[in-house]
Amino acid sequence: MKFSFGPILYFWPRLEVEKFYREVADSDVDCVYLGEAVCSKRRELKFDDYFRIAQELREAGKQVCLSTMTLLEAPSELRELRKYCDNGEFLVEANDVGAISLLNEQKLPFVGGAALQIYNQHSLRRFIGMGMKRWVIPAELSRDWLAELLAEPMIESVRDCFETELMGFGHLPLAWSGRCFTARSENRAKDQCELCCIKYPQGRTVTSQDGTEVFVLNGIQTQSGSRYNLINQLQGMHGLVDMLRLSPEPSDSLTWLQRFRMNQDGQRPYRLARNESNGYWLKLAGLAQVNERMEDDC
Amino acid sequence: MELLCPAGSMPALKAALENGADAVYVGFKGETNARHFAGLNLDATGLREAVKLVHSYGKKIHVAINTFAHVRTWDHWRKAVDDAAAAGVDVLIVADVAVLAYAAERYPRMELHLSVQASATNAAAIDFYKQFNVKRVVLPRVLSMQQVRSLARTTDVDLEVFAFGSLCIMAEGRCYLSSYMTGQSPNTAGACSPAEFVRWDETADGGLESRLNGIMIDRFAADETAGYPTLCKGRFKVGDDTYHALEEPTSLNTLDLLPELYREGIASLKIEGRQRSPAYVAQITRVWRQAIDRVMTDPDHFTAQDEWNAVLANLSEGSQTTLGAYHRKWK
Repeated sequence: MKFSFGPILYFWPRLEVEKFYREVADSDVDCVYLGEAVCSKRRELKFDDYFRIAQELREAGKQVCLSTMTLLEAPSELRELRKYCDNGEFLVEANDVGAISLLNEQKLPFVGGAALQIYNQHSLRRFIGMGMKRWVIPAELSRDWLAELLAEPMIESVRDCFETELMGFGHLPLAWSGRCFTARSENRAKDQCELCCIKYPQGRTVTSQDGTEVFVLNGIQTQSGSRYNLINQLQGMHGLVDMLRLSPEPSDSLTWLQRFRMNQDGQRPYRLARNESNGYWLKLAGLAQVNERMEDDC
Repeated sequence: MELLCPAGSMPALKAALENGADAVYVGFKGETNARHFAGLNLDATGLREAVKLVHSYGKKIHVAINTFAHVRTWDHWRKAVDDAAAAGVDVLIVADVAVLAYAAERYPRMELHLSVQASATNAAAIDFYKQFNVKRVVLPRVLSMQQVRSLARTTDVDLEVFAFGSLCIMAEGRCYLSSYMTGQSPNTAGACSPAEFVRWDETADGGLESRLNGIMIDRFAADETAGYPTLCKGRFKVGDDTYHALEEPTSLNTLDLLPELYREGIASLKIEGRQRSPAYVAQITRVWRQAIDRVMTDPDHFTAQDEWNAVLANLSEGSQTTLGAYHRKWK
């Protein structure tokens, strides 16, 4: 199995981003996604900065993809999207079909992001026909759903033409809105947000009135309150998931990469923390946590 | 500018027609429909009757086949398209690329509208769907009026916007909050915050707590009106504050924007609420019929009448309405 780092979904200061990617360059990760995928107001790094980092990562032997925004509304956002699509060197992750329109103009292949709504064999086959080389599976699909889908004859016959990727670590992006929830949490209007997301390098936690972490606010994006962690499910992914994505966190992302690598065949299981989940993959509510019995229980 | 009204049942459909709808939208019973509620919606026979009735009024009927098809039950979506075409409906409202492609290839003369569930919010996304001969796009409720205007001036595809009803604040079709909490989402099960997961508990001081699959969504004092626990409309804690972290229980009402929507050539105003009663549909349709007639006669001197707003507020969640994302100051 190959491993990737997804784009940094939070708003980090420029120096933190640069530092993170220097560490990633020295790591043994296979693939790195980078770019602003959440909010066009976040401009600590501009397209040219991401492009330079992408080149450096490629020099370090990584496969590099540029990620694009999921919720594209303003004409200025489409102009920025075009820069990504016209980059001329790196594969692009299309998180909205708008990006596919632009990439198809140049007959460029692409990675299909998790927010594209691909739930069945006919849709998947269409997107592969449009040039999708890798498919990031929607968060809410289970292992069973994926296995059924990949076993369909019309998909089996083209299975060599595309890879599958699954986000298996991090707070899951679950919704995108016209409203900025982080600004709202500071009682500011979206237009006067003062880029307050930079104060929350891991988003703002939303808890229920009786204390359960329910969501994480990340600007216009709402994430799962629990951290999704499929470290104990890697064995069951063979043949189904070609690449596993870890979503960068402010600390320990590279440690987690090592933990995942070491547990690919179940040799080093990990006991999930209280606020971690694996429900979606196991065909349960996303927030559910199922812990298999660990040896040290005996 | 068309007035498009919801009909979850034959009585609601009649109410819409009798009160001035230009078109109605319905869905089939079952998983092909993003409003999959027990006791609502039509079967193939019901749809044929509905088509007859709607056409006898000289109006149009749209059928929403707007969830994403599942792997092993793909035939259900194909059959829904076939049944709708056989019944002689005017329009299909579709979100899934697979269903769009099937409908466009099998029934090239059928008018296709892109469902709000497809989350098309920009000109490039709308261009993407032109390959399926989509004639109209239903815009998600996340765009500002300025963005709607800019889209209307860029694209040659007709636009439909939500004018009134429950407010989804997320880009529809890409919201997985409901499956995160319950395992069922609009995309996978045609339902958001499904009723079977709702639990109400009385508190010691006479209040109520609402839960969805065990997660507390809100807590109401004895003198507060308790609303349905739609998960994005609960009161949660962020930092030291407990508030409606995502959205208040409120309804979208765009009456004040009507002249602008009209001037930008918006093709259709959609009223949300296929889960609502015939009486609700009747009242809402009557108000919007009057408002649209007024704006079309004299757009420059249009003002929303107090009595219209009073009727609409009365039919709104928590008796409150908002312009939602259309309004830049929305926060």
